[in-house]
Amino acid sequence: MADRVVIDPLTRIEGHLRIELETEAGAIVKAWSEATQFRGIETILKDRDPRDAWAFTQRICGVCTAVHAVTSITAVENAIGATPPPQALLIRDMIMESLAIQDHVIHFYHLHALDFVNVANAVKADPEKTLEFANAIGSTWKGNTVQRFAQVRDTVQGILDSGQLSIFTGGYWGHPDYRLPPEADLMAVAHYLDALEFQRSMIRIHTVFGGKNPHPNFLVGGMACTIDPNRSESINQVQLGDIKNWIDESVEFVKTCYIPDGLAILGVYKDYFDIGASSPNYLAVGLSGTAYPGDPNDNVQRSPIKPGVIFDDDFSKVLPFDPALVSESIASAWLTYPDGKKTLTPDIGETEVDYSGPTPPYEWLGDDDKYTWSKAPRYDGRPMQVGPISRVLLAYAQGHPRTVEIVNGAAESLDISLAQLNSTAGRTLARAVECLISAERLAEETFPEFVANLKRGDISVFDASRWAPSSWPKEASGYCFAEVPRGNLSHWVTVKNGKIDRYQCVVPTTWLSGGRDEEDVMGPYETSLAGNGKHPLVDPSQPLEPLRTIHSFDPCMSCAVHVLDTDGQELQVAES
Amino acid sequence: MTYSLDGWQEPTFAENLEKAGVSRRDFLKFCGGLAAAFAAGSAVMGSVPRALAEPTDGPVTADDIAQALDSVTKPVVVWLQLQECTGCMESVLRSGGTTVEDVVLNLLSVEYNELVMAAAGDAANSVLDKINEEPHILVVNGSIPIKDNGIYCCIGGESAESVLRKSAKNAEAILAVGACAVFGSVQAAKPNPTGAVGVDQIIRDKPVINVAGCPPIGEIILASVAYILTHGTTPKTDAEGRPLFAYDQRIHDSCQRRPHFDAGQFVRTFDDEGARNGWCLYHMGCKGPSTFSACPIIQWNMHTNWPVGAGHPCIGCTEKDFFDRFTPLYNRLPRVPGLGIEATAEKVGLGMVAATVAGVAIHTGVTAIRKGAGKRAEAATPLEAFGDIGAESAAVLAEPEVASDDVTATNDSGKVE
Repeated sequence: MADRVVIDPLTRIEGHLRIELETEAGAIVKAWSEATQFRGIETILKDRDPRDAWAFTQRICGVCTAVHAVTSITAVENAIGATPPPQALLIRDMIMESLAIQDHVIHFYHLHALDFVNVANAVKADPEKTLEFANAIGSTWKGNTVQRFAQVRDTVQGILDSGQLSIFTGGYWGHPDYRLPPEADLMAVAHYLDALEFQRSMIRIHTVFGGKNPHPNFLVGGMACTIDPNRSESINQVQLGDIKNWIDESVEFVKTCYIPDGLAILGVYKDYFDIGASSPNYLAVGLSGTAYPGDPNDNVQRSPIKPGVIFDDDFSKVLPFDPALVSESIASAWLTYPDGKKTLTPDIGETEVDYSGPTPPYEWLGDDDKYTWSKAPRYDGRPMQVGPISRVLLAYAQGHPRTVEIVNGAAESLDISLAQLNSTAGRTLARAVECLISAERLAEETFPEFVANLKRGDISVFDASRWAPSSWPKEASGYCFAEVPRGNLSHWVTVKNGKIDRYQCVVPTTWLSGGRDEEDVMGPYETSLAGNGKHPLVDPSQPLEPLRTIHSFDPCMSCAVHVLDTDGQELQVAES
Repeated sequence: MTYSLDGWQEPTFAENLEKAGVSRRDFLKFCGGLAAAFAAGSAVMGSVPRALAEPTDGPVTADDIAQALDSVTKPVVVWLQLQECTGCMESVLRSGGTTVEDVVLNLLSVEYNELVMAAAGDAANSVLDKINEEPHILVVNGSIPIKDNGIYCCIGGESAESVLRKSAKNAEAILAVGACAVFGSVQAAKPNPTGAVGVDQIIRDKPVINVAGCPPIGEIILASVAYILTHGTTPKTDAEGRPLFAYDQRIHDSCQRRPHFDAGQFVRTFDDEGARNGWCLYHMGCKGPSTFSACPIIQWNMHTNWPVGAGHPCIGCTEKDFFDRFTPLYNRLPRVPGLGIEATAEKVGLGMVAATVAGVAIHTGVTAIRKGAGKRAEAATPLEAFGDIGAESAAVLAEPEVASDDVTATNDSGKVE
């Protein structure tokens, strides 16, 4: 007889996710992924000025801040025909890439690490041995000192002694599957704190260009920040110097701290390369930080890898990406399509809220066919993984040299095969790999290109020709595909008589957290937990193992749930 | 690089304070506030214990501190996240003044916060149930969708409203942090599909401190909490519940570009000469004249910059219903003498009333703006703060403006299209 386990709230993620499980003999046999928050932002966009849409859609998520805004302005520009100058695009690239770094670091240290790191065990560590451990794993991070490790140990000891554990209250510190030696735990806790300082510092790249973070400001047609080497009120050498430092800090932190920590921790939990295999299909349109106006297949010059998909874990074959093969199932969602249909392509979908769940408070949702606010996107009828794992695999399969080099190095040091990347640890490893690639691209390509342009006198950041609504077509549609921290994101907009007629977002966490389709095929979260009946859950009161697996996707639930325009109509996928 | 690896992680709370150079007087005041706020049971109304009430100067030792702190424990915090985007917690992580490390490890015991807490599921809910029974500080991010029995945001199988009410019951201070918690924000924008409302529309029997902004500056969020610890009381607020220490100034009055407004130097198109020279963004739709916030003073991300400093008009995110009242974002604020603080600005600066009224269509949002701002204007806005307006600005401002409800009506340069 199966035992039922509910994890709600599933913490250390963005937003509200509920996971329901059935377990037998210490293994998960059934899983339901349930989005329990709905906001309706697309409804709210109807009839507004399309130049404002970025400010609304940016508020879909404050963790992956900026990415919805960039995707929105790119989609609107695609619709109205605005052409942002190259320097504006490079500024956006710098914002996207720096966010990709910061977001991955926050995820690893502050959202994911406590799945593997036992804070209470850190006090048993000897600071000198901790330094030896750090050296042994190749961590050359400048924060590694005996004095520092002693301070952190004493801080943790003080918290434990006080009996007031703050954010560590109720953690699973007695769980038998915390495996790191005390020195690794202490080092990781110290790096947890260092990572807070790091992200706070380097994200100021956003503040220079967008005035603030979270939620920097953007502009349809370019950027609002001016650049001019010879004016004090424009971005000049003073800010360039700061940005250069923050980028250098990023490369340093990722190289000397994040990557060695990731490899060391995953090395101890190596069986997680055989746990948590999810849907064997992958989709990406480019490397992290890419944002294409219109069909991504027409825009490949800005990314070293092409849009593509991989099916059935066959990493030797990359198939071309066709936007027309995207559909969305509402079989498990509290939504309806007309005529009782369960799946429609986005271009003709009409969706209405149809809540059939229990009135809260409730105990269990999984007995009903419908159990979530999230749709279940499918590509060619298949559930797809998106995010770092998909981008890394597609880059690897296309022979992107730096990806191949880093992945091969990591696989060798961990003694794993490429096939094992479809796993809990594989997704976490791919995120670290991608973070390094993003930092290096920012340091070696994007920022230098921006500076080189500036040197040539290119200071234009705004296309004013399409600013006035009178310059727009009476009706126009546009879209943007982007690669953001959690995966593939697209925004679709139709502008009519100067106002938004339709707006839709297709979001990474929807791809991943969506539930079963009408064929009863589970979504990627569900598959990772219940795909083979072998995922461990030793003690249902301490669901550490499924937390590891779900966190490996980096859920962003506020992004996941979206639907409806005011007429209850799903937005058309427009050809442009 | 500006960050250092020390300075906050001393072994004990006492040594942290000592290292930070806390004087005896300040420390005793701090302890008095703490004791009054928490050990004495009633968070904000207690008196300072006698033993701590007679401060003397001189360096304070760790022993003094330890002894004094014997009688108090760290205040317990419940930090809820309801219908929102997590941007407010991200802003907290960015604070460089009082840092999140300070707050979480040294100053407070933040025992429930979904973004950072170790526990999940039942373990997390047990923690919450336990703290809810004890005195605590409640911080809330996110709005409460009350439509359709609360189905649009459920946590642990309960509606957001139920979660909020349970945590508010024994809360000794309640802080609504961020535009969503203050008034519903983006999801409450028309047509507000989920019936999203702010905390003070649910919790009516206790004062709610409204830390406004989308998100608020991280330093302001944590200073709002630390204020309670330092002063033993919640911060003084304006008529909308916003702490005066961060919301008593209009952006327009503290703006680095204000001299250009006074001199009549305006950006007319993004990236024009004026933009590159840092001129005033009023004509690009800046909501600074109607927005109360310390953005220009405190700035963002460790004093790096702020929105107007980066060339974008203020979108007014600390003001109620800004997603409806202040949009379209790039339309110039309506200028209607006689009806609100913008009008007051012109009256004071130009010394004319009737002349500028003529021919001005009344924007439908004005009434709403006045409702929000009127109380403050009476209570806290010093009229002299507007100062003098130069002749060129006076001329520009005296031009009649067309009402801007229609997106095609006014745009760049305020021209009719």
